Amino acid sequence: MTETPLTQIWVYLAASPLLWLSATLVCYLLADRLYRLGRGNPLLNPVGIAVALLIAILVATDTPYGVYFDGAQFVHFLLGPATVSLAIPLYRQRARLGALALPIGAALLAGVLTASLSAVGLAALLGADVATQVSLAPKSVTAPVAMGISEKLGGIPSLTAVLVVSTGIVGAVFGTGLLRLLGIRDDAVKGIAMGATSHGIGTARAFQVSATMGAFSGLAMALSAFLTATLLPSLLTWVGLVGE
Amino acid sequence: MLQALTLILLCQLVGETTVLLAGLPIPGPVLGMLLLLGWLFLRGGVSDDVGHTADALLAHFSLLFVPAGVGVMLHWERIQGQWLAIATSLVLGTLVTLAATALTMVGVRRLMSMGLTRRSKVDD
Repeated sequence: MTETPLTQIWVYLAASPLLWLSATLVCYLLADRLYRLGRGNPLLNPVGIAVALLIAILVATDTPYGVYFDGAQFVHFLLGPATVSLAIPLYRQRARLGALALPIGAALLAGVLTASLSAVGLAALLGADVATQVSLAPKSVTAPVAMGISEKLGGIPSLTAVLVVSTGIVGAVFGTGLLRLLGIRDDAVKGIAMGATSHGIGTARAFQVSATMGAFSGLAMALSAFLTATLLPSLLTWVGLVGE
Repeated sequence: MLQALTLILLCQLVGETTVLLAGLPIPGPVLGMLLLLGWLFLRGGVSDDVGHTADALLAHFSLLFVPAGVGVMLHWERIQGQWLAIATSLVLGTLVTLAATALTMVGVRRLMSMGLTRRSKVDD
């Protein structure tokens, strides 16, 4: 390539975090706009579309993921503080939480066990290797937590992150339809199921249905993250995927 | 804003440090969330400052997953090699989990209300 002023600018920009940080925000805003234009059609999930746009740009400009992540890490970093912030919606729901404690506790236990055992079981049945199975196990848990779990148990954290995002998108796209098919009308139940299955992405979708569904989804996301982090190590040891 | 952000970051920092020192199985931010929850119960409420900051962080929660999602680029080969297992596990596993969670909650609630009506009948 000849050194035109344009390539010089590109070389300069590509080396600073500013370019890919801005690209992440622009692609997300575009995807979000498209989602609104489609009147919240779950098929137009903003995370999925933003990811697809960014990958298309990275492939077209021959940019490796590491260079992209140098800029995008500032957005990624906020996942930690955002997880801590979940304490606030939890605290706001404390009264209803007390009244529904037993059904919610049972539902979340069922959700956590089904999520990890179905993920590992189906993957094993269809011939996935152990690293893939372990990376799939925490897929229903919010990304920072799932990546931590995956790393501790011998999975591949960055693969887990991708699987977590995909699980979130699957739940956000099909969740409300499936719950309607099952005849579930209570927004508290719908929220618990959505949050336990599809963490933050499901919660973002739940807030679009109603504030109640969103709050319960956030609650389920936080509690199932905690439950999965506590139970998964022994569960995977029990099924023989992880050594003592 | 700044004070609230500091509080949230400190909860995460204490959470991460405790997890490392004590070798706990849970990730640092989850412990941080529990610490913040404990702090809110101690204080007996959420200040406007903390409430607004948390709402701002959570308003675009899905944006925060985008950088990790782009990481799919790193795993093309593994995903291509095991795509059927991964896709089935993702789609079927997710649908089964949604149904199991929702139906368990409905079932336990129904059992509890049946228990209550039976008890109130005995009381009569």
